[in-house]
Amino acid sequence: MSLIQLLIDGIASGCIYGLVALGFVLIYKATETINFAQGDILMLGAFVAFSLIGVFELPYILGFLLTVLIIGSFGFALDTVVIRQVIGQPPFATVMLTIGLGFVFRGFASIFWGTDIYSFATPFSGKITEFNGLIISYVNLSIIIGTIVLMTALYLFFTLSKIGVAMRASSENQLAAYYMGIPVKLIFSLIWAISAGVAAVAGVLLAPITLVDTSISLIGLKAFAAAVLGGFGSIPGAIVGGIIIGVVEQLCGTYENYLFEGIREISAYLVLLLVLIIYPRGLFSDKAEVKKV
Amino acid sequence: MRFIFKTNYDQDINIVRHNGDRISYGLLVAAMIIMPFFIDDFYLGELSYVFILAIAGIGLMILSGYTGLASLGHAAFLGVGAYTHAFLLTNGIPFYYSIIIAVAVSFFVGAAIGFPILRLTGMYLAIATLAFGFIAEHVFIRWEHFTGGNRGMVVPTPEFAGISFYDSATFYYVCLIALILSMFAAINILRSPTGRAFVAIRDSEIAAQSLGVNIGRYKALSFAISAGFTGLAGALLAHYIGYLAPDIFNIFLSLTLLLLIVVGGMGSLHGTIYGAIFVGSLPQMIAIGRDYLPSSIASQPGLEPLLFGLILVLFILYEPLGIYGRWLKIKLFFEMFPTYKKQTFKKQKTFTKSDRV
Repeated sequence: MSLIQLLIDGIASGCIYGLVALGFVLIYKATETINFAQGDILMLGAFVAFSLIGVFELPYILGFLLTVLIIGSFGFALDTVVIRQVIGQPPFATVMLTIGLGFVFRGFASIFWGTDIYSFATPFSGKITEFNGLIISYVNLSIIIGTIVLMTALYLFFTLSKIGVAMRASSENQLAAYYMGIPVKLIFSLIWAISAGVAAVAGVLLAPITLVDTSISLIGLKAFAAAVLGGFGSIPGAIVGGIIIGVVEQLCGTYENYLFEGIREISAYLVLLLVLIIYPRGLFSDKAEVKKV
Repeated sequence: MRFIFKTNYDQDINIVRHNGDRISYGLLVAAMIIMPFFIDDFYLGELSYVFILAIAGIGLMILSGYTGLASLGHAAFLGVGAYTHAFLLTNGIPFYYSIIIAVAVSFFVGAAIGFPILRLTGMYLAIATLAFGFIAEHVFIRWEHFTGGNRGMVVPTPEFAGISFYDSATFYYVCLIALILSMFAAINILRSPTGRAFVAIRDSEIAAQSLGVNIGRYKALSFAISAGFTGLAGALLAHYIGYLAPDIFNIFLSLTLLLLIVVGGMGSLHGTIYGAIFVGSLPQMIAIGRDYLPSSIASQPGLEPLLFGLILVLFILYEPLGIYGRWLKIKLFFEMFPTYKKQTFKKQKTFTKSDRV
């Protein structure tokens, strides 16, 4: 396999990491909490899409949009009912709370949908295109294009729309935003909704590759590497970080024989630890320096 | 209500506060010592497991409850302790030396990991320990010479004063002695200047630093001590399960340990015991609960993670002080009887602090 071929595969899986990392970053920027259940929300998205498209046989696009809507409202409700209660408590409480929620989601999914591995038909499954001798599958192409479209939409939303500007204001300074008449609580819930929606998009795009079962929630943990590499506060950083992680993982997988066996599975975590130890600011950080002891 | 009149400076740091404590803890230890004569082997095994969990809980409590650092990868140290102990026993090292070396190895691994990653704060630390846990799990799988890889590893049965270790009463006493020694060590660490420094770091890093506490060093020390206790628990756990496979030491086990200290009560050594009893009896409670559920739900494998997560969420939301906190509230209610005020235990809310300034 040529190097460019590897890069394309890496970029496609990296886009998924990037989208999940984007969810972390949006929530972190606004509320300074980290949602350890992001991967589990992605898993719920994939399962809901399976129910809508695979079981109820809705058209792909309609099922896709409905999934994002359902998971988005779920994120909104999650913040309003649960997460808001621990604001102002030490970070340990939110970490434990979101981890606990992740387990609840996973348990719920395996009770409700069972432990089988599912798949559903997409317009991209099994098709490939050839370009200058490179083989690109439609699935990978759909992931890359989907990420670009979503990024553009989010960029426009945050720069042009009134709610988007209000979101940026409240993540810049909660108190000042509140004084200016921005409903900060509602804005935070909306950010949770967007972040859950982004995770749902990632889940649906990923479904044709990994198929749908509860283990895909582990992607959330690898996406931490992407978010940290990107500087945990920067939206383009999350995507670039994700792509780098995806490519590194592909390369480690291919050249496993030259390194050591099993490096592919832990490469993301190795990158994560190295970045945290050597350069914790990340690549695109907007803050001056991560607080160090 | 009991008022303690302090007539001596030592009373501030004494291990037992008054004679009442001496009697109640003495009775507890005595009851534990005669326990093997009254209950059968199955429950002795379960009790030994609770003791092992409590030792690991003491380790994590020193780190999270007293120094305020979250670790999502503590199963790795259980693994280090268990594999080191099993490896040394296989190579003919006597039990006593082997268990001491296992604790020492865990301590130094903890220190080696602690120094670089404890420079990070808050969330970053949680993420870094999570990554460490995953890497350690893969090392256990791949380092076949040392761990036997996916095939697993049989833990040899040592002779203990002429009696086989798998006699459950012998194992029970070994675990009990280990727990009492660990508890004693933990109490002494926490009332020494080292322990005071840990608590100072938890309450305010800036204040601790201005009082001359070397934050980086004490955090690493806390991590290493915590790893040492967890390594001891790991070595005993190796005997309890008898056959080591790398997938035992996964993230679920790390989170179980966190559940233990959250449910027991953050920042109290009593809490580790309550938490260990809770976590140790959870599988049985779930098994009993299954009988009352409709069979379509009860037979699902997802029930355990669901309950696990639900308990965690409910405790964080409604009883952040854990079982020990609830016990303190009940005790105070009766001591103060008509004048108990709910506000005594009111959670202090802090205005969202920003790391970003």
